[in-house]
Amino acid sequence: MKFTAFHLMSYPNLPQDFTNKYRSVWVDIPRSLYDPKLGHRIYNDYLDQLEFADRLGFDGIGVNEHHQNAYGLMPSPNIMAAALARRARHANLIVLGNSIALYNPPIRVAEEFAMLDVISGGRLVAGFPVGTAMDTNFCYGEVPATLREKYREAHDLIIRAWTENEVFSFNGKYTKLRYVNLWPRPLQQPHPPIWIPGGGSVETWDFCAEHDYQYSFLSFFGYMAAKKVADGYWETMAKRGKPLNPYSMAFAQGIVVAPTDQQAERDFAEHADYFYNRCLHIHPNFADAPGYRTLNSIRAAMKSGLPAQLKPHYSWKDLVDDGIIIAGSPKTVLERLREAMQTLNCGHLITGIHMGSMPPELVRQSTELLAREVMPHLREMWSEWEDKWSPHPLNETERAEPAAVNFNRDEMQTNGATPSSPTPEGRAAK
Amino acid sequence: MKTKQKIGGGRFEVEMQVCGSGAPLLYLHGAGGLIGMDPFLEELGKDFKVVAPHLPGYGESTGGELIEDVVDACLFYHQLMDDLDMASAHIVGHSMGGMLAAELAALDVHRVKKLVLVCAAGLWLDRHPIPDPFAMDLPDLAAHLFHDPKSPLAQMFSAIPTDPQQLADMYVERTKRLTQASRFLWPIPDRGLKKRIWRIAAPTLVVWGESDRLIPPIYAEEFTSRIRNSRTVTIKEAGHMVMYEQPQAFVKTVGDFLKN
Repeated sequence: MKFTAFHLMSYPNLPQDFTNKYRSVWVDIPRSLYDPKLGHRIYNDYLDQLEFADRLGFDGIGVNEHHQNAYGLMPSPNIMAAALARRARHANLIVLGNSIALYNPPIRVAEEFAMLDVISGGRLVAGFPVGTAMDTNFCYGEVPATLREKYREAHDLIIRAWTENEVFSFNGKYTKLRYVNLWPRPLQQPHPPIWIPGGGSVETWDFCAEHDYQYSFLSFFGYMAAKKVADGYWETMAKRGKPLNPYSMAFAQGIVVAPTDQQAERDFAEHADYFYNRCLHIHPNFADAPGYRTLNSIRAAMKSGLPAQLKPHYSWKDLVDDGIIIAGSPKTVLERLREAMQTLNCGHLITGIHMGSMPPELVRQSTELLAREVMPHLREMWSEWEDKWSPHPLNETERAEPAAVNFNRDEMQTNGATPSSPTPEGRAAK
Repeated sequence: MKTKQKIGGGRFEVEMQVCGSGAPLLYLHGAGGLIGMDPFLEELGKDFKVVAPHLPGYGESTGGELIEDVVDACLFYHQLMDDLDMASAHIVGHSMGGMLAAELAALDVHRVKKLVLVCAAGLWLDRHPIPDPFAMDLPDLAAHLFHDPKSPLAQMFSAIPTDPQQLADMYVERTKRLTQASRFLWPIPDRGLKKRIWRIAAPTLVVWGESDRLIPPIYAEEFTSRIRNSRTVTIKEAGHMVMYEQPQAFVKTVGDFLKN
């Protein structure tokens, strides 16, 4: 089994009365609620946390793309992946991913992913989500009726740009390019592994099966609720005669670990409450746009009834009992996690290491317990299967190392080593 | 009343409400579509031969995927008029239908005898942004569409069926319609009409509900200032759904204009 430490980078400081006062954490949340000074602090904390996960031996560290919201502060996950690529030396960079219909031309994604792959020595996983209705239709103004067609076209263009060795012309409906000629090209050949984050639509499973892509089910509602989706996915694979290789699926599960179960509740309850009851406060009419889902998906969803996850409020007990989060001592977490991954037949765990408003020391403690006391016991799970969806980086000996940085401000000033002094006084003097 | 007809060599099969006799009148519905109880059409039928097609993608009309933009829509109506032997007609368009009617009248100047734009979409004023109907739930939408959101009519409009099957059917049909509408209206209901509107030559009546809270009445002025032979009539105690809220005043206003 493989482990990815994932970060949503939630804004941790929404006011207590947020849900009463505002209709949505996404799309039209007042920007006055964002404090850039706090933003500076948390971006750096969050990157530290992912770098820490790298040192603890996670297979991957993960980021994703969202817009105009306090739930996940990464309009550009590629910037985060680039910031991580140099100091996080071992883990794969799981970018889940770029909403490729939003880029004009989408060749931009092919270029940036190629850059990340080259910088990181071939450690990139390229994720291609359609993106939520909030992100794509409401924030980025994509016409819902054509979003998926545009996504498919962008996908075809990116794959061709990565794989064709001659300059070619691309006459698409949404993108027309006379000269497609990717510089740089990706380090991994023919291209980085592709993971498709999805929410459970039939079309996405077919798309994954068709191209042998990995399917990443990014729910925040836990493994019990995910069972139905996983079953649907495996049924699709079976019908198409594909091997039911656990590594062809990733699942996102919130996990927090403390020395004991009681300690877990004491430490994490308020942060889980913050995430599930404030960060997921989304105006229902932003959650779907006419044409965002196909009519087939809508019919299927209406048939199976409203999903259980739409509770108005979640208590700690709800979250833990329903498996929405896995929380507790290493022993408890190990048992439940094993059960979860068995149930879903899933080989790639993506776990959010930070939940809502967790302070750095708690993230550190929980991540460390997970890595040291849970992960080793699950390593052998699914070892009979080959993971065909992880990157193939350069050998460590072939990889460039960032030069050591030894930045001593006093020394530089006395030596006059720096022409533009980094101190405010120095700047003022100029 | 309700008929179906193949249009464009079978590329489209179009569900239409047809009634009355007299000079031909083509009615283009708004983003919500015809609701099946549209009494003002019958009333107009006393003086005109009324043809109210469901835009492909609406109701039982097929071929919605062939209509992706304003040009496609205009060519569809052009073809529909050809296939129905309407050399020319009065065009009455409401909201999104008003936008398409104006586009059609600008593109195909000689086919439109007289034009009636009712609470029409298609223009955008930064100082008077049109609220986003796609982000509204039904009660909120009703509050924007109706003069009196508490009226039985508005209540009926925003009622949610309790039967799960009916609810599912309603949701699917509504999604289907709004998906098609999104091609013209998402995210801003402006596809460049202001660049073409000067070409409209037909005498034009701009009709607005006085308390339209979706497309505020100031847009009526914007249309009349840009269309050379045009004037505005505002109807009292009516909102965006003026022809449903004040059918008599609406039919009289439109009828008088088209007949004289």
